[in-house]
Amino acid sequence: MNIYKYASPVTFYPLAGKMMPYFAVLAAVLGVAGLTMGLFFAPVDFQQGEVYRIIFIHVASSWMAMFIYLVMAAYGVLALSFQTRLASMMIEALAPTGAMFTALALLTGALWGKPTWGTYWVWDGRMTSTLILLFLYVGYLALIHAIEEQKRADKAGALLVIVGSINVPIIYFSVVWWNSLHQGLSVSVKSGTKMAPIMALAMLLTALACWLYSIAVALVRVRAIILERELENSLENTMENNLGKSI
Amino acid sequence: MNASSSPDENAPKAAPSLEFTRAAAQKTTEFSVERGFIFAVARDLRLAIRSKGEVIQALAFFVVVVSLFPLAIGAETVLLKRIAPGIVWVAAMLSVLLTLPRLFASDYLDGTLEQLLLSPFPLSLIVAGKIAAHWLTTGLPLALMAPLLGLQFAIDSNELAVLIVSLLLGTPILSMLGAIGAALTLGVRGGSVLVALLILPLYIPVLIFGAGAVAAVSAGVDYDANLSLLGAGLLFGALLTPFAVSAAIKISLD
Repeated sequence: MNIYKYASPVTFYPLAGKMMPYFAVLAAVLGVAGLTMGLFFAPVDFQQGEVYRIIFIHVASSWMAMFIYLVMAAYGVLALSFQTRLASMMIEALAPTGAMFTALALLTGALWGKPTWGTYWVWDGRMTSTLILLFLYVGYLALIHAIEEQKRADKAGALLVIVGSINVPIIYFSVVWWNSLHQGLSVSVKSGTKMAPIMALAMLLTALACWLYSIAVALVRVRAIILERELENSLENTMENNLGKSI
Repeated sequence: MNASSSPDENAPKAAPSLEFTRAAAQKTTEFSVERGFIFAVARDLRLAIRSKGEVIQALAFFVVVVSLFPLAIGAETVLLKRIAPGIVWVAAMLSVLLTLPRLFASDYLDGTLEQLLLSPFPLSLIVAGKIAAHWLTTGLPLALMAPLLGLQFAIDSNELAVLIVSLLLGTPILSMLGAIGAALTLGVRGGSVLVALLILPLYIPVLIFGAGAVAAVSAGVDYDANLSLLGAGLLFGALLTPFAVSAAIKISLD
């Protein structure tokens, strides 16, 4: 099978339509399982009480916020180096989901912070860098919508995302060095988890659910983008043909 | 590379025209790419000297913005002294931001940019020259202006020295990153607000390390790390941004 043939929007459109339900159903199943486990079966945290349960959404959305930006940057490299239209469409399809997860991470963080830290917002390293990440998403969306010519908007967006992704780690470390009050990482590869296994499992499930949800939504959105653009093209063609006949 | 064919001497006296690019390229039998850089620096500097207003306006804006803060916050010397480095840095960023359209916009409107694209020099070198000229006419004057503002805010002399060094190291990065935004938004409606939205988040590390260096001095902590990081950013930016900017220009002119 030649996978490169799916780099064309026209052939990708039906494939995306076929794949989308699997991701959506799996996301729903894992999401329900993870949330049930996290909200009803996981033990109460001895320090934070019930409030801590917001992490089952907070952690997953924070991961997605950063991960989606990196995926967009990877598509940006594809879009600029191989001149593939589909890659640019994927960036455009992923951006709103990434922005949504970033906003969700900030919102759940603020809601968690009020009872735990006594304040909705502190200028700590990770919160500030997440806020800046949201600005990067907003900047990308603003740029592609401000440029009217489609091809230029695609490429300019791809370049901006690549430049942004080089800056993401720089921004992250600069802000973390600048100030850090945030609690230490609870999950790390080196030391393993410091939490009850059922909490970790629930967190993993919700993270997977968010991941699959992002894929499903991006596929739906990329199909809409493909339709929109092909429709514009065909409209232009028919208009040209009609004009030709009338003359 | 003999001195007689250096761009400055061959420059037409009336206006910096593009004939000159071609002439310079043809005259040199041994073709050297640095000429593209030197040409771009010389041309943009000459343009800036002929419209001094723009350079002075950016400086005046810088001073006005900095002067607003004592009026807004109150004239407590201790508080002002503490927040002065941050104020100076933010004002410098905003004033660099306002001058970004000068980099490419007029060249884009009168078609010069397309001609530069066709010139025998690599676009990235011309772009690097334009960025250098932009810094010489915005960042450098801002850094030189800083001591005056420092005195207004009663900053100590050693803090002031670090502030100036941080501005000298940091403002070129502002010009470089800004050039990417300016190139991407060429000819786009509402471009100046858009540039701010695209570029200000990328400016944040420069702000943190720049203002942080001065804060470190006043806290009696070692400030070398901040300045080293700014220097590293400067080198990294000088290496990569010309390519990103020339890619952006090609996208915008496509």
